[in-house]
Amino acid sequence: MHYSIWSILQQGFRGGRGWVRAWRAPVPQKSYDMIIVGGGGHGLATAYYLASQYGITNIAVLEKGWIGGGNVGRNTTIIRSNYLLPGNEGFYELSLKLWEGLEQDINFNAMVSQRGILNLFHSDNERDAAARRGNSMILHGADAELLDAAALRKLCPFLNFDNARFPLKGALLQKRGGTVRHDAVAWGYARGADRLGVDIIQNCEVTDFIIKNGCCNGVETTKGKILANKVGVAVAGSSGRVMAKAGLRLPIESHVLQAFVSEGLKPILPQVITYGAGHFYISQSDKGGLVFGGDIDGYNSYAQRGNLPVVEHVTEGGMALMPMIGKARLLRMWGGLMDMSMDGSPFIDRTPITGLYFNGGWCYGGFKATPASGWCFAHLLATDEAHAVARAYRLDRFKTGAVIDEKGAGAQANLH
Amino acid sequence: MIINHPLLGPRDASEFTYLGDASLLMRPNSDDIDAYHDYIHLRDNPDGLHRELWFHEQGDRSWLVITRNTATHEITKVELARKT
Repeated sequence: MHYSIWSILQQGFRGGRGWVRAWRAPVPQKSYDMIIVGGGGHGLATAYYLASQYGITNIAVLEKGWIGGGNVGRNTTIIRSNYLLPGNEGFYELSLKLWEGLEQDINFNAMVSQRGILNLFHSDNERDAAARRGNSMILHGADAELLDAAALRKLCPFLNFDNARFPLKGALLQKRGGTVRHDAVAWGYARGADRLGVDIIQNCEVTDFIIKNGCCNGVETTKGKILANKVGVAVAGSSGRVMAKAGLRLPIESHVLQAFVSEGLKPILPQVITYGAGHFYISQSDKGGLVFGGDIDGYNSYAQRGNLPVVEHVTEGGMALMPMIGKARLLRMWGGLMDMSMDGSPFIDRTPITGLYFNGGWCYGGFKATPASGWCFAHLLATDEAHAVARAYRLDRFKTGAVIDEKGAGAQANLH
Repeated sequence: MIINHPLLGPRDASEFTYLGDASLLMRPNSDDIDAYHDYIHLRDNPDGLHRELWFHEQGDRSWLVITRNTATHEITKVELARKT
């Protein structure tokens, strides 16, 4: 069924009895052309673009729980392309362009809201760095504006401009950045892929890879053996434990990142604001809740929950930036697993095992990358060649020295 | 998390900074490029028991090897780090 204002009116008059399930619940076949492991945003986007861009529809997406139950349901919904390094910025700008056309493409309301994102700065040096980043963005076809303190005050008069330690001197604004309804991204890609013939198989955990003579021919699952010529893994925070089943060690540690949402409030926060100095960022959802977070907890974790010292640290950052946040009550908090790579940048690459492909290392920035990650992983799976904007995302880049270290923090996963 | 320091007793984990897998104590010869690459960049990243290095930065500045379950955050063993 095509979703539109007419389908809503039509179903309204019929009492909503004509709505059909958005995707099927198929029994897995014995074999497929390709298997995607992981029914999150990246896996579902990969399947969708394989079907829509490359005509490959005999695909299974295997998900151990329900689709969209991992990081695509646990993030803070921000989209942006404000990266500095050439290996990254072209990729994230492709992603932002795909976000801009996503809803029409997949015929699903993902509530893409380009409300703008502000990166605050506090000193002359930081202004120089912001200007350099903005220039890099513009050179890659993105948009960027440098705001001084007066222009920032006009946009966000409620910020604490005269903080003694980190006074606000301005911000780098990307107007095309914003937020997206995260669950709708998973559901929209799932429905789009399903309509093109992709089998989305939930509650089907991959327990092993079938590897013979250095060649992957399929997977063992809790629903039996499923064969395929190519297997693509996109499991984010679970990358370590899944790829260990293929005998691979990765340049990745899994860490926990916490996020928070307040009770619903009237509209007070027009943009997304990031306050790097205070390890804090915030936006306001369309329901009115303040959605905010900070840095990762900093120790290896697969627990999907964090500890209280970080809760205190994040809320202190919020109080330092916008003291009015102290009036709001916290509604929910949660944790997600971050596949923190050794240089803070992701991987979309072949593995040493023929037929086994890997997509991961997204750190805490995977949500905004969802469309381009799917687009480029689909390109790699279909053509066996890296997409032009994802060439730098190689697994062997630490050996060759071609690292993409946005923060310059070195091989210390919890510092990226 | 509470870390039961072998010399100081139970201390809050926020007094410590985290380095990572305790196998970092076993540094290979830097002439062996492949082994050195693996040592610096690759991790086992287990879902379960993990031996890891914590530094008591806000305390006695000792290095500890802590055995902790990454699935539950339960700490089962705390030792002073030693070169082996």
